[in-house]
Amino acid sequence: MARKAPLLEEISLKGLEIAPSQVWGNIRLVPLLRQNVRPDLRLFKRDYHSDLTIVSVDKRTRYFSCIPHGLILHWSEDGQPVVATGGQLLTEGNVKDIASVKMQWLQRMVKRETKQSLRLLPLHLAMEGFLSLFFGGPSVAWKNYSKQALSNGLSPRVEWSISGRSIVQLNHALRLFEIHDRQVGVLLFVSEVLASAFVVPTPTDYRALHTSILEDFYGETFLYHGLYGGTSTLNVEIDAEQVHTLDDLKVALKQVRSDWANFQGFMASNLLNVPLQSKRIYRAGPFSLQRFMTTLELKQQNYIGEAILDDHNQLQYLKIYGLSAAQTKRAYLLKQIAAHNWNLERTAQSENDTLAQFIYRLEKVGFGYLVNNQLREQAAKERRPT
Amino acid sequence: MALASCASFPQVAACYVGIATLVTVDWAKRLEQVAQEDLVMFINACLTCTGQREFYDDAYGQKVSLDFLHDYILGNYRLLYCRTLAAGINHFNQTQIILKLLATGTQTQTQHRAEENQLITATLHNLPSQRAWKLLQQIREHGINNRRARAIAKQYVTTRGERLAFHAVKYRSKLRAIATHNHLNLKQINSELGPELGDFLYRHWPKHFNTPLFEEFRRGFYSASNIYNLPFTVAEGLAVKHNIPRERFLQNIEGQMTAGEKLRLQKSAGKVKAKLDLNPQKLSLTKLALYVLSLDLDIRKQRQHELEQLLQTSAHKTLRKVPFRLGRVAAVLDRSYSSSGSSEKRRRPLGIALAVHYLLQAASQNYQPFWTIAVPEPLIVTPYGQTNLVDPILAAIAWQPDLIVIVSDGWENDPPGGFAELLRVYRTKLDPKRQISIVHCNPVFNANDFTLKQLSSLVPTVGLRDAEELPVVLEFARFAEGTASLTELETYLASRVQHLLASTNLQE
Repeated sequence: MARKAPLLEEISLKGLEIAPSQVWGNIRLVPLLRQNVRPDLRLFKRDYHSDLTIVSVDKRTRYFSCIPHGLILHWSEDGQPVVATGGQLLTEGNVKDIASVKMQWLQRMVKRETKQSLRLLPLHLAMEGFLSLFFGGPSVAWKNYSKQALSNGLSPRVEWSISGRSIVQLNHALRLFEIHDRQVGVLLFVSEVLASAFVVPTPTDYRALHTSILEDFYGETFLYHGLYGGTSTLNVEIDAEQVHTLDDLKVALKQVRSDWANFQGFMASNLLNVPLQSKRIYRAGPFSLQRFMTTLELKQQNYIGEAILDDHNQLQYLKIYGLSAAQTKRAYLLKQIAAHNWNLERTAQSENDTLAQFIYRLEKVGFGYLVNNQLREQAAKERRPT
Repeated sequence: MALASCASFPQVAACYVGIATLVTVDWAKRLEQVAQEDLVMFINACLTCTGQREFYDDAYGQKVSLDFLHDYILGNYRLLYCRTLAAGINHFNQTQIILKLLATGTQTQTQHRAEENQLITATLHNLPSQRAWKLLQQIREHGINNRRARAIAKQYVTTRGERLAFHAVKYRSKLRAIATHNHLNLKQINSELGPELGDFLYRHWPKHFNTPLFEEFRRGFYSASNIYNLPFTVAEGLAVKHNIPRERFLQNIEGQMTAGEKLRLQKSAGKVKAKLDLNPQKLSLTKLALYVLSLDLDIRKQRQHELEQLLQTSAHKTLRKVPFRLGRVAAVLDRSYSSSGSSEKRRRPLGIALAVHYLLQAASQNYQPFWTIAVPEPLIVTPYGQTNLVDPILAAIAWQPDLIVIVSDGWENDPPGGFAELLRVYRTKLDPKRQISIVHCNPVFNANDFTLKQLSSLVPTVGLRDAEELPVVLEFARFAEGTASLTELETYLASRVQHLLASTNLQE
């Protein structure tokens, strides 16, 4: 019996090597190389040609989004190499044209397809986790809440994101990027802010999935980072005093490379080695698929994502989504309210706000519909200058 | 030249003197240095840029950038601009220079007029005919109409001699445009053709032409079966007119096609299931390398022995034309993904690297290639991976050659700037006497800063569009390094001009 992969506590790039980045416009792409490639895990892309996909998450919950592609995971239990899937039967899902919109119905975010393969919807898995945070609504029926909040919870919970195509120059940066020999992943920075991280099991998979980064969705902050930011030039320096022979030069070059790796690791410090909340979604042989969220800090960049860990605690798959500031605020407020047993007065107190101010904050982030209308009006009156 | 023009404005000249006494900068020397740098930049651009799309730049950017550079050099260094025609630059830039010179003829100084005219004429005669005819037609499109331009066009048409009938058939519309624009008296221009040339071009067709080619064209124009004795490009147009299926047309016309035409149509002929037998021996080294790279890997592996032989023979043939011997040489060759070029210049940087590999192998006593990512056989090289130049250059230095030739587009990314830093330390600490000379040949013009992307300020960067030009380019490298003065560069250009004028026989 294979060892169980542990729960993800923090993202570490163990077994991966950070190579020097390539910059185009405001986009910096940092290649991640893998030392030991496992033959028993592969990831393939499956294109969906629908405008809108509806996923049945559970009996009562549906997830609506445009999903351009899914990922198919193949593994073997006994460590045997996984071969390409050319001739295997694929399920297309249920697709219908409804009033010129192509709609597709899928079941569950992660679904076992054959004995050794799994279909997952990349990033949507993490996003669904994010949307379903405290989705049930108030656990105690305080009189402050609206009827809708008490009977339906947060439903419908909606978030907006932008497509990779709307980030300026991202398409060119991806086209011009020179994929390394052993490359299995990439860190994507927009104006030096980490926007995405993508890791797959093997270099072959990465080559096939490289352009799929353009089809992913991103927090809307990155639209502005792409338009108005900038990148800085990183210089390398070799200490000439230390060099006496050609071998010294070789050693110095090794140092240069490791400096690059360390610095770029530091640039991604909002993701790497920060505590995570994670949840195991599926266990496939020695691999475990998990989704995670960084602890929500209002003042810094927060991420949600999904990962596959193997039995040696190494990342085999990773995809993250950088939350926009508004999204962080929404999740943060919900978290605070839930921590105070959904009592608005006490939460306001802990946030050093009056109740009126706190309700104003809720309205500003788009959660006004949760609050009782009488209370909203009262709070608005209090805010009005006398 | 800047000082000379100042002399006519006494106030300005006085101003110059005033500054010169205040600041202890040798302005004459500085001006000379600027001129030298400008010229090297311009010649480098003219060696590589063709106004076509590159991996990192679009065609528009390349054209705008190059056009500005032309105007800048033309305005400031007219004589040297004109002499650049003899510096071994590519055909595209030769035509650009001629056009710009003809358009601004009034600015030519009297003492340089004869030389300029000779250079333009000689260059025009050395251009491939399709380019020369297109150039003369562009004179009309640009609205250039002066006595010199007309005389040059007329002289070009008259000196075609007995080939004029062939050219008249192949470049009908161009010759017609040129004749109209320059008011050529076509009846007197060629004694053999007589009035038939005008009749042919302007569609006053008689029942029968005495000139065989004109008659051939007339018959081909009316009958589908008579097109196969015409030149390929002419027959191609008529085949469309007669609705001849492409496959049948290609099979029948094969005998009339040149090697270049066959090479161009290899892929598209394959699409209509026609097979064109290409004789690769007729191709130049770079074209042959590009042809090899266009073949599938399986085919390359199957025909490995044959293709290698072809490339080696071609390299030796190139060397026979330009004798060129080297000692112990290492080549650092860039096969990164960016060497795949663009849709307009497919795999060109990689093709040049491969051709340089075979040329250096043939020209040097000891030779060793170092690819950015190791490749077991040079023939099966593909554009792949990142640009890591530091490891191959270290390996090359360790091999202790006399000369290292680097062929790369200069977009280094593993690590960025690593090459410059490595070379700085190497040159200061390990090789201060410069025992190993290093030359960087760049096949790609960088439109953003009008230069070829440099790897390090310690290594001269020169443009290379065809591997066959490597000897010329290596000679030019000492100017790119900045050690040679402007006077030396001027002497070098003047000698190239002498060589060009002496080797051109205008009486065809």
